[in-house]
Amino acid sequence: MLHLLLLSVGLLMAFPFFWMVATSLKTPDEVALFPPALLPAAPQWHNYPDAWTAAPFGRYFLNSVGMAGAVTFGVMGTALLAGYAFGRMEFPGRQALFVLYLATMMIPFEVVLIPNFLLINRLGWYNSYQALIVPWVSNVFSVFLLTQFFRSLPNDFFEAAQLDGCGHPRFLIAIAAPLARPALATAGLFAFLGSWNSLLWPLLVTNADLMRPIEVGLQSFLQQEGPRPHLLMAASTVAMLPIVGLFFLTQRTFIEGVAAGVKG
Amino acid sequence: MQSGAPETGSAESGAESGNCGLGSAGARALPLAGTPALPVRGQPPPTRRRSLLDAGLAYLLLAPSALVLGAFGLAPLIQAFLLSLRQWRLAPGPFVGFANYQQALTAEPEFWKAVVVTFYYVVGTVPVTIVLAYLLAETLHARLRGMGFYRTLFFLPYIASPVAAAAVWRWILNPNSGIASAVVKPLGWEPRWLYERTGLFQLLAGIFHHRLPEWAEGPSLALGCIMAVAVWQGVGFAVVVLLAGLAAIPGDVTEAARLDGARGWKLLRHVKLPLLSPTLFFLWIVFTIRAFQSFTQVYVMSVDNKGGPAGTTQNITLYIFQSFYANAPRLGPGYGAAVAMLLFLVILALTLFQFRVLGRKVHYS
Repeated sequence: MLHLLLLSVGLLMAFPFFWMVATSLKTPDEVALFPPALLPAAPQWHNYPDAWTAAPFGRYFLNSVGMAGAVTFGVMGTALLAGYAFGRMEFPGRQALFVLYLATMMIPFEVVLIPNFLLINRLGWYNSYQALIVPWVSNVFSVFLLTQFFRSLPNDFFEAAQLDGCGHPRFLIAIAAPLARPALATAGLFAFLGSWNSLLWPLLVTNADLMRPIEVGLQSFLQQEGPRPHLLMAASTVAMLPIVGLFFLTQRTFIEGVAAGVKG
Repeated sequence: MQSGAPETGSAESGAESGNCGLGSAGARALPLAGTPALPVRGQPPPTRRRSLLDAGLAYLLLAPSALVLGAFGLAPLIQAFLLSLRQWRLAPGPFVGFANYQQALTAEPEFWKAVVVTFYYVVGTVPVTIVLAYLLAETLHARLRGMGFYRTLFFLPYIASPVAAAAVWRWILNPNSGIASAVVKPLGWEPRWLYERTGLFQLLAGIFHHRLPEWAEGPSLALGCIMAVAVWQGVGFAVVVLLAGLAAIPGDVTEAARLDGARGWKLLRHVKLPLLSPTLFFLWIVFTIRAFQSFTQVYVMSVDNKGGPAGTTQNITLYIFQSFYANAPRLGPGYGAAVAMLLFLVILALTLFQFRVLGRKVHYS
């Protein structure tokens, strides 16, 4: 009985994904059919290359890969350094600075949206990769995650290394960074996800096709391609694929990351 | 993680000073907690110079993140406030005090409309998502077989690209050829889904040929659809969080309660919910804040990307976006910043209020 409930809710949740792929393989005539048939008579694989060339999706895709990749590495780097400083080092003002970092997390994006938009314009970064990347290469969630991780490391690690004449820089590079891989992976994954799926900011700071990531490209395709749903669904499938693939490969890190977010 | 490799520690550490005791065996050679460390006596106390150097290094390590967070997080907050006090439509104008705030609160009916839409959205999505997620999580927790499969399935909409998801939903909800219309047509209902501006309550009352006053119409069917999609996207996250919370409840506690005769509602009300309350509280706060700030979902689902039909899906964030991001904005960045500050204040006040009122009922073990 309960299983039946689960199954029906599960089917309902999964249906849009099924429908997306099914529609992406239909002919224009099948798409226009009402009531629609569940599956295409013969899958039209050529819809995918057709959609791919109907808009500069190759370029959009590359832009997204570059943007999300750079943001991911940036977030991992800045979080590693800051997390190490907060988690393992003594310095004046540590507590106050940490609280200040956490407070930044509370600032809602729509408040900083307008000043940041104006700032990007003033810097002459409108329509540039810097505009897409630089504001996002650090976030408090990741710094917090890494700080907690380094705090949880037993002190003996560090004391022993210090006795061997190993200072902070070497310890960070040789020991702490490799040990922090799981926490870094979580931070990186969420950074990648956030960047790949972001819409508002890229929409705001770009207007040239050459600079647009896939979410924005897909959005403008959606506005133009209303009458050709099979192509739109093919493009949507492609846009979703990297994230879904990444999710299946790294499910555990994702799920643990969510649970870690709760504890923090 | 490799911290489970303990034994080799004492053998190698110290042999190669200056190499952090790593040797070629990598992190395996680390002395772990519990292993007798080297004698501490020979260590010189950290000198002043050394700690000064360390502090400098710490600031250096913090510099990249501090720079980014400061430039794009903290400074803009102050700037947004200053901006909200200025007249700025097409170009920077003079300082006008709280005139922008006053304009929003007293002279812009569209602002209040957006407030109402935001209110519907929060009230319509947050409780539904959490209750549904709780039912699903409880069911999954009770029977572990197939849990991984369902968890993945429920989580998928949460990570899926919101624009692609919106494209699919808009296709499903297409009034002429969408599959949702095909499903309800045999029932004699031909809704216009995302194009329908009539309120949900009015649609219900309309069945009985009743006409409600305008203020009682409720959220438009279009907004209702958007809220349903938001629940679809958010519920998986809540399920994963709740599963973690349920797993943390010790089995013997519920077992003992059961032996004492607590069953069904009683067990839920007096044992499980209190134990789960920190998790539920966390979800409540996070989902409320997110619902207030929701942009992407609403933007991509509203038929004209501007909060249509007839502004019934224009929430506050969309309104802020519209106010300054247009070729010749009627309202401008100064006004937009003022509305954003108002939203910020409301969220802040509400969150503090929830911490005081609900937070007291949260049971931390």
